Amino acid sequence: MVRLIGFAAGIVFVFVLALAALAPREASVPDPTEEFHEHPEDIHWSWEGPMGLGVFGGFDKAQLQRGFKVYREVCSSCHSLKRVAFRNLEDLGFNEAEVKVIAEEWPIEVPAVNPDTGEATTQPATASDRFPLVYPNEVAARAANNNAAPPDMSLLAKSREGGADYIHALITGYEPVPAEFPQDRVQESLHYNPQFHSLWIAMPPQLSDGLVTYDDGTEATVDQMGRDVAAFLYWAAEPKLEQRKAMGLGVIIFLIGFSVFAYLAYRKVWADVKSANVGGPGTRSQVDDKGLHARGPGERG
Amino acid sequence: MSFGWAKPYEPKTDLGRWFDERLPVPRMVWNSLGGGYEVPKNINYFWNFGVLAGVALVIQIATGVVLAMHYAANTDIAFQSVEHIMRDINYGWLLRYMHANGASFFFIVVYIHIWRGLWYGSYKAPRELVWMLGLVIFLLMMATAFMGYVLPWGQMSFWGATVITNLFSAIPVVGDTIVTFLLGGFAVDNATLNRFFSLHFLLPFVIAGVVMLKIWALHIPGSNNPTGVEVKGPADTVPFHPYFTAKDGFGLGIYLIVFSIFLFFLPNYLGHPDNYIEANALSTPAHIVPEWYFWPFYAILRAFTVDFILPAKLWGVLAMFSAIILLFFLPWLDKSAVKSMKYRPQMKLWMYVLLVDLAILSYCGGAPAEEPFVRISQIAAIYYFAHFLIILPIVSARETPLPLPNSIAEAVLKGKESTGAPAGAPDTGAAAQPAE
Repeated sequence: MVRLIGFAAGIVFVFVLALAALAPREASVPDPTEEFHEHPEDIHWSWEGPMGLGVFGGFDKAQLQRGFKVYREVCSSCHSLKRVAFRNLEDLGFNEAEVKVIAEEWPIEVPAVNPDTGEATTQPATASDRFPLVYPNEVAARAANNNAAPPDMSLLAKSREGGADYIHALITGYEPVPAEFPQDRVQESLHYNPQFHSLWIAMPPQLSDGLVTYDDGTEATVDQMGRDVAAFLYWAAEPKLEQRKAMGLGVIIFLIGFSVFAYLAYRKVWADVKSANVGGPGTRSQVDDKGLHARGPGERG
Repeated sequence: MSFGWAKPYEPKTDLGRWFDERLPVPRMVWNSLGGGYEVPKNINYFWNFGVLAGVALVIQIATGVVLAMHYAANTDIAFQSVEHIMRDINYGWLLRYMHANGASFFFIVVYIHIWRGLWYGSYKAPRELVWMLGLVIFLLMMATAFMGYVLPWGQMSFWGATVITNLFSAIPVVGDTIVTFLLGGFAVDNATLNRFFSLHFLLPFVIAGVVMLKIWALHIPGSNNPTGVEVKGPADTVPFHPYFTAKDGFGLGIYLIVFSIFLFFLPNYLGHPDNYIEANALSTPAHIVPEWYFWPFYAILRAFTVDFILPAKLWGVLAMFSAIILLFFLPWLDKSAVKSMKYRPQMKLWMYVLLVDLAILSYCGGAPAEEPFVRISQIAAIYYFAHFLIILPIVSARETPLPLPNSIAEAVLKGKESTGAPAGAPDTGAAAQPAE
């Protein structure tokens, strides 16, 4: 009975699926802009380690500091970093006093309450504050930016396919519109960037050679700034990376040792059974027919 | 528990005896995971995955309970509370990555475990209830994992929840009412997040309860083995402890190494980048995909694109649930008295096709809903249903199995010496005789 019902159900599903599979498809219209898309260049980041395996390799603190400088002087005028606190900058190699100064001098103050009147006010940030919002809300962000709210950058490197590679590629990827690009697809109010998913991005090109003066003397080319800010944003999204990898190495080394000993214990425990198996018909081989014997499902179904 | 030659529990100390007469918990442990449980000695590494599934459940509950101490189930702060765990809580990143990757690994283990059951016929008499309880656990796991994925309140959390709960609206007449009831409102919102958190916390303990029932049911007939021939005597078995505690220790080490590689070096590989964007009801992601372990079923859901008497959406929902429900009837759909695919040359080939088919369905479920993936998943879904509902009943009734060994001990010896034909190998008819 079960088999009959199952058979009928099977026939029905197969029939309906076959109808769907044989149904003609609407000819798909190829997107003429598809061919203009470019994929991010695969960059070898410091945290990818030797051979890019990602087993070793942490952050390059000098690079993170450079990237932070690019963020502070360029990105932070529109993009917030609301999940990162000033105190976290100590990861980049800044000391406590430096972090305190960075927080105090941050161009946007943090919300506060006037202790005398109870009115809402603002005050300079302290090390324990998170980076203050650039716009009070999304409406304000849209209003100030051609109806496209600049995304918060705290998790940007983890929330985009391609991560740091993509951020570097996007920020350095602006190009003049190719001559063969279909004219009806040109969007005047936006900027052409073949790395962006729709090719047209609201953010204007930001970087130009020498825009930032690096404290360590590194030449501030567009590519260099793109790399540095992408590395900084990768740190901002995954600040525990070094701690995680260090622990991972220790844990895996321990587990390999554990597995070796567990395997040896297993061989030793089984030694008598294995040798009995090779030695010939077992010594305890009386057949107990009270044991459960294979019962055909046919008798029950 | 079930075999006469199993060594009974003997308390060694006065305290042990005192306890044993009043609350024989050590006796229960001895009989279920200790020296009192006799296990076929020929089981292979596929049999490690039951214990590994138990370990995976314990890891999920342990990390989950601690995460719940820091997580806040409120749409305003849920996403931020997860980032708080990742950035500010001591080893919070470790807990969260363990929990997120632990869910994926729980499914990997369970999928291998289910395949083991399919391949060696572990679902057949006398273990039908073991199999069915396992499927109950699988369904509970899917519900738990689905609701857990909503909690971080990322874009995929929100839109995944929207898509999946909306499936119930395909049910005629009462569909919309059911959706409103499930969501606690007319859209995925704070009420949804709160009830999902509550249920996500509850269900793992329900799973733990069903696991106990399952182990109880398993220990009546004892474990199956690669020959599918039932245990006949003491020569066929060895005690669980120390033989399989030792083997499971080694298996656990290997499992944890693989788990650690993902946990420490590829923690976001199995996730979706969009879930690091906070949920936004006004912005729909380009491709809404569930977690990878739902892909085969998601592909089946989306394969129904044609209205035929019923709307396509309802067909998809029916088929997706049927794809799992039909597994409950497997013990009766499969007519063969021979359990192990080792001795079922025809069915074995179909099983290989099924494995490829499942891989194709998984891939299509994760791919965007466009050609050629839709048509490929339609063909793959046809095979999925045909395999279990048409091919299996017919082939199992008609195939001629290879000769079975008389006993597990004989199969082990034959394997070692690799000599000629076994003496007096019974045909299917003999193997099909009822024990009583």
